[in-house]
Amino acid sequence: MRTPLNLGMDELRQRLLHMGGLAEQAVDRACQAYRERDLARCQMVLENEGLINAAERDIDELAFDILARQQPLAGDLRFILAVTKINSDLERVGDQSVNIAERVMDMVELPAVQLPVDIPRMAAAVSAMVRRALESFVEGRAELAQAVLEMDNVVDRMRDEAFILLVKTMNDRPEVTRQALDALLVARNLERVADHATNIAEDVIFWIRGADVRHNVGHGTNANTGESVKE
Amino acid sequence: MGVEIKVEKINAWYGKTQALFDIDLNILANRATALIGPSGCGKSTFIRCLNRMHETLPGARVTGRVQIGDLDIYKGTSATQLRRRVGMVFQKPNPFPSMSIYDNVAAGLKLNGFSNRKQTDEIVETALKSSALWDEVKDSLHKQSGASLSGGQQQRLCIARALAVQPEVLLMDEPCSALDPISTGKVEELIFQLKSQYTIVIVTHNMQQAGRVAEFTGFFLLGKMIEFDKTERIFTNPSDKRTEDYVTGRFG
Amino acid sequence: MPSSVRVLQISLRRRVVDRFMTALAALTVLLVLLPLGAIFAYLIYRGFGSISWAFLTQLPKPVGEAGGGMANGIVGTVFILGIASVMGVPLGIGAGIYLSEYGQNRFGDLVRFVADVMNGVPSIVIGIVAYGLVVLRQKHFSAIAGGVALAIMMVPTITRTTEQMLLLVPHALREAAYGLGVPRWRTTLSITLRTATSGVVTGIMLAFARVAGETAPLLFTAFGNQFWNLHANQPTAALSLQIFNYAISPFDEWHRQAWAGALVLIVLIVAAVSAVRIAVSRGTLAGVR
Repeated sequence: MRTPLNLGMDELRQRLLHMGGLAEQAVDRACQAYRERDLARCQMVLENEGLINAAERDIDELAFDILARQQPLAGDLRFILAVTKINSDLERVGDQSVNIAERVMDMVELPAVQLPVDIPRMAAAVSAMVRRALESFVEGRAELAQAVLEMDNVVDRMRDEAFILLVKTMNDRPEVTRQALDALLVARNLERVADHATNIAEDVIFWIRGADVRHNVGHGTNANTGESVKE
Repeated sequence: MGVEIKVEKINAWYGKTQALFDIDLNILANRATALIGPSGCGKSTFIRCLNRMHETLPGARVTGRVQIGDLDIYKGTSATQLRRRVGMVFQKPNPFPSMSIYDNVAAGLKLNGFSNRKQTDEIVETALKSSALWDEVKDSLHKQSGASLSGGQQQRLCIARALAVQPEVLLMDEPCSALDPISTGKVEELIFQLKSQYTIVIVTHNMQQAGRVAEFTGFFLLGKMIEFDKTERIFTNPSDKRTEDYVTGRFG
Repeated sequence: MPSSVRVLQISLRRRVVDRFMTALAALTVLLVLLPLGAIFAYLIYRGFGSISWAFLTQLPKPVGEAGGGMANGIVGTVFILGIASVMGVPLGIGAGIYLSEYGQNRFGDLVRFVADVMNGVPSIVIGIVAYGLVVLRQKHFSAIAGGVALAIMMVPTITRTTEQMLLLVPHALREAAYGLGVPRWRTTLSITLRTATSGVVTGIMLAFARVAGETAPLLFTAFGNQFWNLHANQPTAALSLQIFNYAISPFDEWHRQAWAGALVLIVLIVAAVSAVRIAVSRGTLAGVR
């Protein structure tokens, strides 16, 4: 039905997807830059940050307008609220990508060393989480979002391991402290991106099921409220 | 003070056509409960079963049980007695045109035999103050006819008239449909304040109004009550898909 | 250019038609008022000169004698109309209330039919009926018999207009009263009837004005009287009877008095109706029609 509300929600969905694409791209680029010690890619991340910020403003503006004028209720209302939250998480993902890029720029000036952590593997996992969270939004499937919540535990463990290993490395080989520190910070940034992906997944579940599963209520457990009429 | 209303298995007919099917409901005291639903869904019929107005129509019939407080309204009392405890405000303001403002408010008292002038004066003043009309009419209480007021004022007059008999329950059948936004706002403010003393049931087409005014909301469709819950639940996460469809405007 | 000229022509034609129709309507109003005005004017012309204090206060003089008046007729008319109203108005209003509030059924339809038929019965027939019902029983003429005859004529009109006026009262007002816990009978009297007061009074005035000038029903009921009479059980004078008797007499003097009597009768009726109208409007509040 081509009501102003439906048209507005479609537009909102389009914009959010576009922004999601930008954020995904930023993460991927930053991680690739780390792998290949590529300054040019870092630059691209930094430059595209502006686009992500502009997209956030556009989405907020539209959501605000729809809320004020259309007074959506129930599922529609939850959708709009979810979009505004996902919006803000995606912008933070962009910020974290910039942080990673800056770390890489610092790292590139130092000699390359072997470190006992597999940042690229962690990056891949995180990237997958972001992609799946966005997928769950596009397709409106809460089980995909549920899967993202479960992957967060994995990434948390990866970060903890990296922490321990890198601290040990810094103790054992003080001459590589700066590189180790850079790697540590990148790991932390990645873990933050994972958190944001998790937030996005929680917001999707809230939208679809009307269940608030934030802050570890139902992490790893099913947030199924038992309503079969919805899906 | 308001009382609780328990509704059990209410069925209602207009002649051969059945308009309500097995309605079960508990309305809490001192709250406002809104009834929403598309046109013809039975919400007005239902509210008229609560003060036995439905049966005044020729051919109309009700079965089931309604308990208001500790009173079985179909078996324990006469209809006229009941209606002195359950007041009603109608969709279109209907003040008595042949009576002054004072007489309109006092109508429920005078026509039921109450004749103490001083007490009536007090009751009229209290009722008009409760319905936020006192300041506007206090100087022309006896001189102006009830019908000479503006639409919003007339509706507030009708509310004062209903309140003057000091009912326990106030039924409102789309009270703001015929009013402009400012008058609507005033009436809604009133409902908000009256809640503490009365049990209010309000039928409304306007969902935002139900949201503003009522703690509980019931959704009616084709003579059945589909869902009854706290208003915020109905509006943020209704349990039944039909409720969701109605509330998001996909039909009705 | 051409289209706007056409528009101008169309609107010109419309205006002409509009003016013509308005003039026609005004003309019909004049045509309706004309007979009324003519009657008044002629009555005043023929009768005004004969009205005097003597005329209004004296009894009729015997045949051949000049002077005298129709004082007893004036009083008698008021008396008989009073009796008729006391009988006819409550009955008519009661029947009207029954028909509008409780009469949506076969019996109600029957009552309406009877009322409509009675409205069309010639007044002389009603006079004869009253003669049979009252005069023959009592073995004498009386004001009561005259009152009965006139009441029979008033009731159908009052009934029908009362019913119509009550039906015009919006159902919403009755509902408002029921909602306050007012019983049905009380609602009908205090709300419905009260709201329709103006219309009901109009109906009563219509009936009143109609019977005030009736002569035929009084012919063999009140019969007339040359003298004062305020006993309801005896023959009583009435203006209409006096006028009739004088008009068909061969005496010029009596003809003169008949004209005066006719003028007085009309003036009395107009005065009575106006007085009631003013009284009703005084009792109505600001803002009510």
